[in-house]
Amino acid sequence: MTAPTWKNPLVKWVDTRLPIFTFMHHDLIDYPTPKNLNYMWNFGSLLGIILVIMIATGIFLSFNYTAHVDLAFDSVERIMRDVNHGWLIRYLHMNGASMFFLVVYIHIFRGLYYGSYKAPRELLWIIGVAILLVMMATAFDGYVLPWGQMSFWGATVITNLFSVIPFVGDKIVIWLWGGFAVDNPTLNRFFSLHYLLPFVIFGLVFLHIWALHTAKSNNPLGIDIKGDQDTIPFHPYYTIKDSFGFGVFLIIYLGITLFTPNLLGHPDNYIRANPLVTPAEIVPEWYFLPFYAILRAVPDNFIDIFGLLPVIIDAKTSGVVLMFASILILCLLPWLDRSKVRSAKFRPIYRQLFWIFLADCLVLGWVGAKPAEGTMLIIGRVATFWYFFHLLILVPLVSKYEKTRDLPESINASVLSKRTEIQVPAE
Amino acid sequence: MNMKTMITRLGTFLLIASWCTAVQAAGGATPPPKLDWSFKGPFGVFDRAQLKRGWQVYNEVCSGCHSINQIYYRHLEQIGYSSEEVKKLAAEAEIPAGPNEDGETHEDGEVIVRAGKPFDKIKMPFQNDAAARAANNGALPPDLSLTTKAHPAGVDYISAVLTGYKDPPSGYKMNEGMYYNAFYAGKQIAMPNPLSDDAVEYVDGTKASAQQMAVDVSAFLAWAAEPEMEDRKRLGIKIILFLIVLTSLLYALKRRIWSDVH
Amino acid sequence: MAGSTTDQKVEAENGGDTETRRDFLLISTVSVGAVGAAIAAWPFIDLMNPSADVLAMASTEIDLSSIEEGQSITAMWRGKPVFIRKRTSEEIESASNVEMMDLKDPEQDAARVQKPEWLVMIGICTHLGCIPLGQKTGQIKGEYNGWFCPCHGSHYDTAGRIRKGPAPKNLEIPPYKFIDNSSIRIG
Repeated sequence: MTAPTWKNPLVKWVDTRLPIFTFMHHDLIDYPTPKNLNYMWNFGSLLGIILVIMIATGIFLSFNYTAHVDLAFDSVERIMRDVNHGWLIRYLHMNGASMFFLVVYIHIFRGLYYGSYKAPRELLWIIGVAILLVMMATAFDGYVLPWGQMSFWGATVITNLFSVIPFVGDKIVIWLWGGFAVDNPTLNRFFSLHYLLPFVIFGLVFLHIWALHTAKSNNPLGIDIKGDQDTIPFHPYYTIKDSFGFGVFLIIYLGITLFTPNLLGHPDNYIRANPLVTPAEIVPEWYFLPFYAILRAVPDNFIDIFGLLPVIIDAKTSGVVLMFASILILCLLPWLDRSKVRSAKFRPIYRQLFWIFLADCLVLGWVGAKPAEGTMLIIGRVATFWYFFHLLILVPLVSKYEKTRDLPESINASVLSKRTEIQVPAE
Repeated sequence: MNMKTMITRLGTFLLIASWCTAVQAAGGATPPPKLDWSFKGPFGVFDRAQLKRGWQVYNEVCSGCHSINQIYYRHLEQIGYSSEEVKKLAAEAEIPAGPNEDGETHEDGEVIVRAGKPFDKIKMPFQNDAAARAANNGALPPDLSLTTKAHPAGVDYISAVLTGYKDPPSGYKMNEGMYYNAFYAGKQIAMPNPLSDDAVEYVDGTKASAQQMAVDVSAFLAWAAEPEMEDRKRLGIKIILFLIVLTSLLYALKRRIWSDVH
Repeated sequence: MAGSTTDQKVEAENGGDTETRRDFLLISTVSVGAVGAAIAAWPFIDLMNPSADVLAMASTEIDLSSIEEGQSITAMWRGKPVFIRKRTSEEIESASNVEMMDLKDPEQDAARVQKPEWLVMIGICTHLGCIPLGQKTGQIKGEYNGWFCPCHGSHYDTAGRIRKGPAPKNLEIPPYKFIDNSSIRIG
């Protein structure tokens, strides 16, 4: 692709010294995009916009927030009651976090369905997993800031997870807290990190897009771009399609924010943090529930069942290890799945497994919201088992033995044949 | 697999999951009956007369034990009091004046007070939690600013608890100093039944039955928890209408731009 | 946000009618999007304006009934000290009998008060922002029997006007109103 010639002298002057306009032109306007992307490809750019919304609302909230255990709760309520439009910005930020995760999960499952993690996009996928991890850390830090009951007890429970690290665990927890319990030093550093991490995400997103534009976008057929006839420029085709998708998203996002803003939150977080009273149930935000279920799934007699494991790993430790493994394992996916065919469209068995895996993750989320006892515990264990069984055993096996369907010749040919299909009944 | 099948399948999963959750949610204390509040639904607004009655109940009954820390006297203008009325309401309260010129906060063992001003917080019944516990058999009367947001059943829960006092079923073991209330978690509550008929004399002449007062004060507490509710919904309706127009335009433009691709 | 994505340079491959319709559609979509973006900016801008709790403190009401003739009090208003003095008739007289040409910042005494006996002004020296002395009995009142700024020796008279020293202007008068005979609202 040739660099565009700039007519505006100022633009030209800047561009010859720092080709930022050429760069933007290549990546936002000219970027050759497969012409057959469906609406599942809307969520990537949408996530970029949500990140900007979160950073903007967050910065404006920080103008009025006070990171001190005695003042944090009241400062948030002051934002809700006395600061001009404070309630709007705060509810946008609060529900924006939920939307962020909802969209990122759709984005991830789209990648799983269409094999977007496979060569040459392995690194793109791994950067994506890194973004997910930093997002989780950011969301967790942010949830602590209002200093409600769930803030406090969530922080206590999650930071305590680090106590399982052999030998130095207890010291690490004290180091994380900056004291001997979750208290003012903890709140202060969480606020600082909550302000910092979004910019780390921003940097990772930049790398993610760079890697994407190097390997080019995957598409619903999962076949490579063979030439110019397979692609269309990003602008105006995908700018308008993404804008439309953003409009639909805004209707849902603002609908929730303005009509039922506390739907996705926990009522207990409107009670001021009290280190002396634990809520009846400590439940994380909905987007952490599947991981919370995995955390609690490990039976106490785990070692008896698998007598071969080192004895130092008790139930708590293995729960924590499993939880972190459930995310990190995704980094290995490009190598666990050996199938040359990317899209599940042409992989009859993997496609069924995909839907079972999605259902499994939803079941984990549902179990995570319930007390870990009785049937719930058993369902949680089965679902946890399936999560790892799917990724570590089924995916490699299926990719080896599955008989895939024939791939179409090219993206363009597929689009053309679809067009005739649609036109037939019309005639 | 096409989009429609995908969406249908996903929808089915979500439906099953939400059904299971709903089944699970029932349990524990008796679920409060759902009352018909004026502020329910996307178009619902507060009934100002009811909020004023509710404030009267709070001020004359609840405020003896419960603080309402997030509310300032000036906020009462939002429920329909004029600034002059608010000034008078505030002045009825005695607020600790803070250190005087000699640095003293007490005189002859009594806290030095001044008349309340609109910019003051609604007067707190106790100086601190310890004092509140000491005066209430060790139980801490919770702050009432956010009660309806702090319980899953919201305002229905508050009014149900206020009207839910009954004699315990025969053979039910009551703890010392506790009262039976089916709607309260654990069914035993440390607060004695606070409302009895004509406990207040409503300024607007409404008959002050215990039921009426419970509903009125619950509505007031719903306002106290979400004073932005009306603004929020009003803005919401405008924004959603605007977004529907914008999104329709974007869709039409999308169709047109894409018409040469397929 | 949505507005910026649909640039004006949509290539119009299709002829005649379609093209005009697309242009009309494009222009209206971009306009509606731009209006939306502009409206969306407002809550953010407005958030930085003084909030309701700040505005509630923006005016102060002061009861004057306890101040006796020849006595001063200092009230706080928007974080600044306000000097309120019930002047004696001698003070009023000496303040109103000053020739304008003797003043650095000429102002009639009558223009600085609403009721002659009540002088209300911001107690910050117009030189470099110190708080002048003279509020309490026994403090130095300066050569003109009003206020004296100890920092660089500015002398103010019984109407708070600068008479001697480095300060360039008279002590500032805040906006205030008498609510009734014995109380005022500043701000």
